[in-house]
Amino acid sequence: MSDEHRTLDADPLGVSYREREASITLSPIERQIAERRAVSQADTALAPETELLTLNIGPHHPATHGVLRLLTTLQGEIVRDIKPLIGYVHTGIEKNCEDKSYWKVIPLVERMDYASYYFNAMAYCMAVEKLLGIEVPPRAQYLRVIHAELCRIHSHMLWLGTSALDLGAISMFWYCFRERDNVLDLFEMSSGQRMHTRYFQIGGVVEDVPPGFVEKALWFVRQMPGRVDQFADLLDSNEILLQRMRGVGMCSQERLLELGVTGPLLRATGNPWDLRKATPYSSYDHFNFKIPVGTVGDNYDRYRVRLAEIYESCKIIEQALEGLPEGDWITDDRKVALPPRHELATSMEALIHHFKLVTEGMRVPPGEVYMPIESPRGELGCFVVSDGSSKPARVHMREPSFVNLQALGDMVKDEYLADMIVTLAMLDPVLGGIDR
Amino acid sequence: MPEESRLRATADALRARFGDDVLIEASLHCGQACVQVDPARIVSVLGFLRDDPDFGFKFLASVHGCDYMPSAPRLGVHYELLNMRQIERLRVKVRLPIEDAQIESCVGLFPTADFQEREIYDMFGVVFTGHPDLRRILMPEDYEGFPQRRDFPLGGEPVIFTHNEPEAPGWYE
Repeated sequence: MSDEHRTLDADPLGVSYREREASITLSPIERQIAERRAVSQADTALAPETELLTLNIGPHHPATHGVLRLLTTLQGEIVRDIKPLIGYVHTGIEKNCEDKSYWKVIPLVERMDYASYYFNAMAYCMAVEKLLGIEVPPRAQYLRVIHAELCRIHSHMLWLGTSALDLGAISMFWYCFRERDNVLDLFEMSSGQRMHTRYFQIGGVVEDVPPGFVEKALWFVRQMPGRVDQFADLLDSNEILLQRMRGVGMCSQERLLELGVTGPLLRATGNPWDLRKATPYSSYDHFNFKIPVGTVGDNYDRYRVRLAEIYESCKIIEQALEGLPEGDWITDDRKVALPPRHELATSMEALIHHFKLVTEGMRVPPGEVYMPIESPRGELGCFVVSDGSSKPARVHMREPSFVNLQALGDMVKDEYLADMIVTLAMLDPVLGGIDR
Repeated sequence: MPEESRLRATADALRARFGDDVLIEASLHCGQACVQVDPARIVSVLGFLRDDPDFGFKFLASVHGCDYMPSAPRLGVHYELLNMRQIERLRVKVRLPIEDAQIESCVGLFPTADFQEREIYDMFGVVFTGHPDLRRILMPEDYEGFPQRRDFPLGGEPVIFTHNEPEAPGWYE
C-alpha cells in the first residue's frame, strides 16, 4: 500500500481504513491497540472502565417508544446520568385549543396522548362540565366508564406488546395487537372511528351505543381475562424476561412522590393511590373493583400491576354493561347539547339552539377548573380557564407521561444500559402526550 | 360547607404565619379551593403548606401557567397541591406582571416542578430564579418569543422545506 494512501486515510491508531476493511479478523488492530496501551499506560488518562462516554439515543430509535432523545452518560456499560430531551413532536395543541370553540377542542385534546384518547376527552369534558355546572346523566356516565376502561385495556395492550418487543418477545406483539384490535372494533361500533373517536361530548356522549354493542363488549370482557392469563403464562415462564425485569429499575416510593409520579409506577411500589377510588368521578363508586399494587417497585412489579389492572378493568366494564341504566345519554340542557334530530323539523327553538351551538358554540361562565382523572399512566389533569366567551382562554393538560419521565434518571442510574431500555418501556411514555 | 370553613382556616393560617398582605384572594370556585398569594413569598408559602402538620400538602400534582391577557398582572402561575392522606386539593396561584415575570423556583421543595417550570418558561417567559436548568423544553432552543402568550399569533410561521430554506431567513443558519 502506498504511503500516500496511508496518510490520507490515517486514523489516530495509524491503521488505514482500507487496511482495516480488507481484513476480516480484527486481531491485528486489537494487537496494535494493546501494544499502544501497554506503551502509554501511565499517561493515557483513563482506562475504558472509568472513562465517561456520552451516548445519544434517539430521537429516532425504536426502543424510545416515540420521538424521544436520551442523552446518556455511560461508564462502560453503566448508565451514570440520563437527560431526556423532548419536544420533537410538539404540535402546539394547547395553543390551538385557544382558537377553537369548546366543542371543537375535544378532537384536539384527544390527539395529545394518542394511546388514551378517551381519557383526554373525558378530563376535558369533565372540566368544562364543572365550569358549566351541568350534570351528566347516569347512562352517559356508565358509557364513559365502559369506553374509558376499554381504552385502558387498549393502552395496556399497546404497552405490553411494544415492551415485550423491546425485551425480545416478538410474538407477544402480535397477540397483544389482536386483543387491541377487538377493542378498536368496539370503538368503531359505538362511534364509527377506531382511534380518536370523539365519542365523549360536553354533557354526555355523542350518541347511544348501537344494538349489539353490549353483547359484543360482554363477549370481549369475558374472554379477555383468559387471554391475559395466557400472556402472563408466556412471559412469566420466560427466564430471560424475569431476569431482565426483577430487581431492575427500582426507585423508592418517597422519591417517586417527590417527582410527582402517579399511576401504575407509583402503585408498583405499594402505594394504592388511584383517583378512581380516592375521588370517585363518573360513578366509579358504583363498581366493585380492586387496586392492584406491587411490593418493591421494580420493573417486574410494574408489569404485574398493569396486567392486574386489565382484569380489574374487565370487571368494571362487565358490571357497567350489566347495570347500564336506561335514559338519556346526553344532558337535556339545550344550551350545551344539540337538540335531537327529530325536533329540528317541528320546533323553531330547537333550530335556534342548533344554529347557535354549531356556529358560535356554547358560552361558558368565567372561572378556572383543574379536573384530574386516572389515566392508564397516572393522574391526567385538565386545567381549563374560561373568560366567559365561547372559546377557552387556556387549556392545559397535566400529562402523566410528561411528569413521570422525570423519574427515568433516578430509575436507571447506576444500572446497565440494556436495563435502561426495559425501564423506559415499563415507564410507558407516550410522546404525543409528553410533547403535546 | 366543610370546604368553605377549611379554606377559611387555610387563609387564616397563612395570614397568621406570613402577615396580612401575603394573601391576595381566597376563593372557592366550582368546589375547588384557590388561594392567590404574594409572588415574592411563594416558596415559603408552599413550604409551609407542605410541612405544616395541619395541611400536609406533600404532593405537587401540577404547575401550569396562564395568560390573563386583558387584566392587569397578566401572567398567572398555578400550583395544584394535593394531600394524599386527607384527599384534599388546594390551588395556590400567583399573578405576575409581564414586564417583570420573575418568581422563585420551587424545585427545591418539589422536584416534580422541574419540567413543568421549564414548560412555563418556554411557553410564557416566566423566569424561575434558582431553577437548576432553566432552558426551553418543548420549543427549539433558538426559538424567539413565548408562544402561549395570548398576543402571540397563531400560525404564520413558514414550514421549512429544502426548496424554501433561503426565503425563510434565520431558520437555516
